[in-house]
Amino acid sequence: MKFDLTKLDELLKGAEELELENVDMSVGELELALSAMVSAAKRAEYRDLSFEALLMDFPGRVAEVELGATKANGGTRKNVVRVGGEKTLPFYNFEAQNPYRPVIAYDVFDMKVHLAGPVRKHFEEVLEDPAEWAKLCVKYGADLVTVHLISTDPTLKDTSAREAAKTVEDVLQAVKVPIIIGGSGNPEKDPEVLEKAAEVAEGERCVISSASLNLDYKRVARACMKHGHVVLSWTQLDINDQRTLNKHLLGLGMKKEDLIMDPTTAALGYGLEYSFSIMERIRLAALKGDGDLQMPVSSGTTNAWGAREAWMDAREWGDREKRGPLWEAVTALTLCLAGSDLFMMMSPTAVGLFKDTVESLSRPREVEPLDIGNWISMR
Amino acid sequence: MAKKLGPLDIYRYLPKTNCRECGEKTCMAFASQLIERDVKLEDCPQLMKPDFAEKFHHLKEMLAPGVKEVTIGTGDAIVKIGGEEVIFRHELKYFNQTALALGVHDELEADALLKRVRYVNDFKFKRIGEELTLDLIAIRSVSGDPERFAQCASKVSAETGKPLVLCSYDPKVLEAALKVVGGKRPLIYAATKDTWKEVGKLARKYRCPVVAFADDMSELKSVASALRSMGIEDIVLDPGSNVKNLSSVLGKFVLARRAAILKDDKDLGFPLLGIPAATSAENGLEKTLKEVMIAATMMDKYADLLVLHTQEIWALLPLITLRQNLYTDPRKPVAVDPGLRSIGKPTKSSPVLLTTNFALTYYTVVSDLESAGIACYLLVIDTDGLGVQASIAGGQLDASKVKDAIKRVRLGEKVKHRKIVIPGYSARISGDLELQSGWKALVGPMDSSGIKEFIEKKWSS
Repeated sequence: MKFDLTKLDELLKGAEELELENVDMSVGELELALSAMVSAAKRAEYRDLSFEALLMDFPGRVAEVELGATKANGGTRKNVVRVGGEKTLPFYNFEAQNPYRPVIAYDVFDMKVHLAGPVRKHFEEVLEDPAEWAKLCVKYGADLVTVHLISTDPTLKDTSAREAAKTVEDVLQAVKVPIIIGGSGNPEKDPEVLEKAAEVAEGERCVISSASLNLDYKRVARACMKHGHVVLSWTQLDINDQRTLNKHLLGLGMKKEDLIMDPTTAALGYGLEYSFSIMERIRLAALKGDGDLQMPVSSGTTNAWGAREAWMDAREWGDREKRGPLWEAVTALTLCLAGSDLFMMMSPTAVGLFKDTVESLSRPREVEPLDIGNWISMR
Repeated sequence: MAKKLGPLDIYRYLPKTNCRECGEKTCMAFASQLIERDVKLEDCPQLMKPDFAEKFHHLKEMLAPGVKEVTIGTGDAIVKIGGEEVIFRHELKYFNQTALALGVHDELEADALLKRVRYVNDFKFKRIGEELTLDLIAIRSVSGDPERFAQCASKVSAETGKPLVLCSYDPKVLEAALKVVGGKRPLIYAATKDTWKEVGKLARKYRCPVVAFADDMSELKSVASALRSMGIEDIVLDPGSNVKNLSSVLGKFVLARRAAILKDDKDLGFPLLGIPAATSAENGLEKTLKEVMIAATMMDKYADLLVLHTQEIWALLPLITLRQNLYTDPRKPVAVDPGLRSIGKPTKSSPVLLTTNFALTYYTVVSDLESAGIACYLLVIDTDGLGVQASIAGGQLDASKVKDAIKRVRLGEKVKHRKIVIPGYSARISGDLELQSGWKALVGPMDSSGIKEFIEKKWSS
């Protein structure tokens, strides 16, 4: 390599200070050394530079979806819950203020289910009574309650649609928060079950979970339009499927304001990154103006409890009472940062942790002064 | 890389000889691979010749990631951070995973100090075929006494091969430790508006990477720029971990990363440091739980290095798992090939188990079977890369699919029994499966960690 010594010489002329401690470098490092020397030769100085933030002005906006209906709107809920309306990515408070905070829906099942220890201990008394279970959730601070009609599954209890609808009525009586109604996941039976549930819950503006590509989603969607509910559009970790299903639902005459998407939540350690990136891509597409993806996003965060690291009582993994809720809370937080709006959760401890973090992420921009020495000298 | 490069932009500067010496068929293919970062410029022997020096340097600059890669430590014990070139992982991938440093300080009793250091040394956690570790030890000067700090650094250094972070705002304190451990290329924390010159001199003298710290973005840029004016290019940025206001922390991290990648701002094109260890107890929530949530927030949004206080395994486990998730290559397929696998050396009376072709499910099951030492056949069903619960819910795993797979792999010829263990979450297909296939379906545990016990208690051929 050649260097132009004349130029270097010129540079050095104006230098007030030059330190050449680095001259014992090998030939391989010569290039670096040269640039270091040249820079060192320049006057080392502190200049007050001003940082100009690169702010994004996204053309698109996520639809606002209202859940639950009060008396004024033909329902019996005490309050409505709003999700969506985002103008930028979650908590990018420096460029725009998104209107709503993430909301929590607690899970309730219509039959006794197996729950992980750290969750079960909070619900031990109510596991066989969905209405009491729902009440307890509200006590724990639930924004919404999801009643999962899993007993309708033909391989479980094969509860009839009519009987299941009764459970929905009981829950609507028991609590005044908006509710989400879920089927058993059986594609043959769910349309019938959800249709009946939609009928008895008429006017309450529930979320009906779910319409998916593997069942008669038209029947579910039409029931929701007829009885005034919101449809949960559920796909499995595939953004193109999600767009397709949304298009179909919009094609049936539904509005963006009547839809929420669930692109599937894979738990921390078990594919969370797929959910993270799909939600991030969905939200970016929405903000860039893709009308087929401009709906709020829901996460079945409870899936975190399927991870053995969450439920297993393994001494080498430390205290399960803390590890389990953290597993759920970190899953929620990560998907929240990717763009999810609504979180179906189970552990009150996890919800508390998640909400506390959201609170901190929602603080106004004014920065509280930071005692910089503090963390270093902390005992 | 401020502008998104295409293969043509790169190709212009390549030799265009299609000599294949790099292993690629054409220079254009090599150009595409360069953008994907699957190959390095140095892999092209032509480019390394003097005639191409200028083009080589031009390409080097074009391909330099927006966030510079910074190396901490020496020899085998190095940690690389930064080197990132995308804002979102789906745009390419995130490269160097967030390094985790555990804090110690110079007022710890000798025993407690050694215990913490050894904890970091010995921390190994195997997960889906990868060994997850803690990466560095951050030594804080609590005493403010240079001698004491140097002694502590020396003790820690003697005990560990992990790279160090030396933490003090007092250049004299830092210098005392650098005299002892400076040869190991620790990360120096921190240069500030007031100390950039003295700390910068230390960084240059000991050739160590150095953290620029400021609570304000303009000041941070100014400190980094001042360090650069001294010829220092191994910089890490600490925009201030105000753990009471994650809104401001997230904002600064995001804006710094945008400046680096989208604006090609050289002063901010460096890895980011977050300090969840600064968490203090409030709101009645346990401090450690909070620390994890803060660390997870930072990790989700661009932190390249975190200094942690907690050494509770229940707190670290979610964090190292999150890190493993985020830094997985999104280009890696979700699915493994379906078919029949042999685990160990199965015989005609060995168990047959069933799982899906979702990579994570598959690897988890295989690792559980291997560690349990169970010789068996594993029938992997094509569920479009979905896990058990999801594919049962979505219909990608049903009785007829299993029946077809049993036929296709000629399972009847491999074993003399007619029994298959299916995952606990797929219990609902057991009846149908028996009807359709004539094989007895044994409903296994909900989680494959229970397979060993299940096989011991329930299996007989």
